[in-house]
Amino acid sequence: MLRSRWTKLILFLACSAPFGFLAWRFYQQDLGPNPLETLQHFTGDWTIRLIVATLAVTPLRKLPRLSDLIRFRRMLGLFAFFYGCLHFLVYLYFDKLFDFTEIVKDVGKRPFITAGFAGLAAMAPLALTSTKGWVRRLGGKRWQRLHRLIYFTGIAAVAHYFWLVKSDIRLPFLYAVLVFGLLLVRVGYAYNRKHASHSHRLADRVSRAASE
Amino acid sequence: MLIRKSGDLRHSDITPKSIYVNRRRFLAAAPAALLATRLARGTTSKLAVAVKSPFSTTEPVTSPNVVERYNNFYEFGTDKGEPSRNAQNFKTSPWMVSVEGECAKPRKFGMEEILKLAPLEERIYRHRCVEAWSIVVPWIGFSLNALLKQVEPAPKAKFVAFQSYWDLKQMPLATPMRAGIEFPYVEGLRLDEAMHPLAMLAVGMYGETLPPQDGAPVRLVVPWKYGFKSIKSLVKIKLVGSMPPTTWNLSNAHEYGFYSNVNPQVDHPRWSQKMEQRLPSLFRNHPTQMFNGYGEQVASLYTGMDLKKNY
Repeated sequence: MLRSRWTKLILFLACSAPFGFLAWRFYQQDLGPNPLETLQHFTGDWTIRLIVATLAVTPLRKLPRLSDLIRFRRMLGLFAFFYGCLHFLVYLYFDKLFDFTEIVKDVGKRPFITAGFAGLAAMAPLALTSTKGWVRRLGGKRWQRLHRLIYFTGIAAVAHYFWLVKSDIRLPFLYAVLVFGLLLVRVGYAYNRKHASHSHRLADRVSRAASE
Repeated sequence: MLIRKSGDLRHSDITPKSIYVNRRRFLAAAPAALLATRLARGTTSKLAVAVKSPFSTTEPVTSPNVVERYNNFYEFGTDKGEPSRNAQNFKTSPWMVSVEGECAKPRKFGMEEILKLAPLEERIYRHRCVEAWSIVVPWIGFSLNALLKQVEPAPKAKFVAFQSYWDLKQMPLATPMRAGIEFPYVEGLRLDEAMHPLAMLAVGMYGETLPPQDGAPVRLVVPWKYGFKSIKSLVKIKLVGSMPPTTWNLSNAHEYGFYSNVNPQVDHPRWSQKMEQRLPSLFRNHPTQMFNGYGEQVASLYTGMDLKKNY
């Protein structure tokens, strides 16, 4: 099923649906008592959800029969970037009225805005180099190394969320657990790989010594 | 103390022209609209207002739809949509407010008595939240000093401590685990701030008693300070000699000071206070005024004080 052409289309529609829903509410002027906050929270929520989804692909595809999940990783990442850009635009326009002196001060002075900005900025080169052509141009190894920037984005997004809430930290805490869990899984895999290759070499040496 | 009056009111200041011009349609729609708000509000009832206050602003009043659906009242949930949903069965009768501490005649006041302490006034105040949004609300009530004078504050009294109702049976979400702040919610004012005629004890808004999510049945309204100073659902007022603890200051002293006067020059560490968003506007495009525009009346309370330090 994961291999079907349709699943990609379905995922595309599913990821676009929140935007469509928000656009509809915007058009209907149905954004609640604080429309700016609604826009900010809605776009921010979908950004961090999609960052987590993107980070989840690699660990999940190691599970049996899920290896084809890799087909969706790029789309999830690009949608995370898309909602992140919307989130930033809402801030620039509705919150700050494009007052760039204020914005520069904000980004420099306020840790939660610095973190959010840095996390989004780190996604830009990833979105840019997400095509097959760029994988070729950079070479698989280098491309992969560059795209580890998403780990930074994950951490920055969690910090952004943590630092912006006033007192109720349940949701940022949940995302922190998810992001750090997904990063820890990677550390585990890396350790296993290293360990495995090390024990391979050892076994080789032992068998060679035995045969001599 | 000299209390200056804001400029004279014209009818067009109160009634937007579009409504005036379409008054027949407005009148025809009124019964349905009234029914709708009544259903949403649960248990409020009409309050007769004797006096229109000279303190009132002439700015357009915010729709009650916003004021009743967008609330910071952590006892009923931390999301601003939650209190209007979770507080509907809040029991506000019988209700007692205990006024105690450094005073000659400490005692408890029943709600019926509070309603008769002074003529009920309608005061249209700007209300500025520390989160950089604002609303304009027609409160009903009277100056807090009318209540404080009843107990005759002693010379030792320098501050006033306030406490909200707290009951886990009615407010299951009101725990530090869920809300991230301590309960019961407490606030405080200096005695001279509390005695200032602008500081108000509110028992209603929009011509009716307070809906639960807006602090029923009686709350404080201190219009020159950030909204969290205007404590809701009051049960205890204590005259004290030294600065009392306040909830948000206990939670994060670096961000929320005791005074918390509205001040566009002193940023909250995490956001600018220069501009505010007049709900339900999409834009944060309304310049914030010093003391929320009440400087003429209250600035003298703070002469000689460094307001950057005493934020």
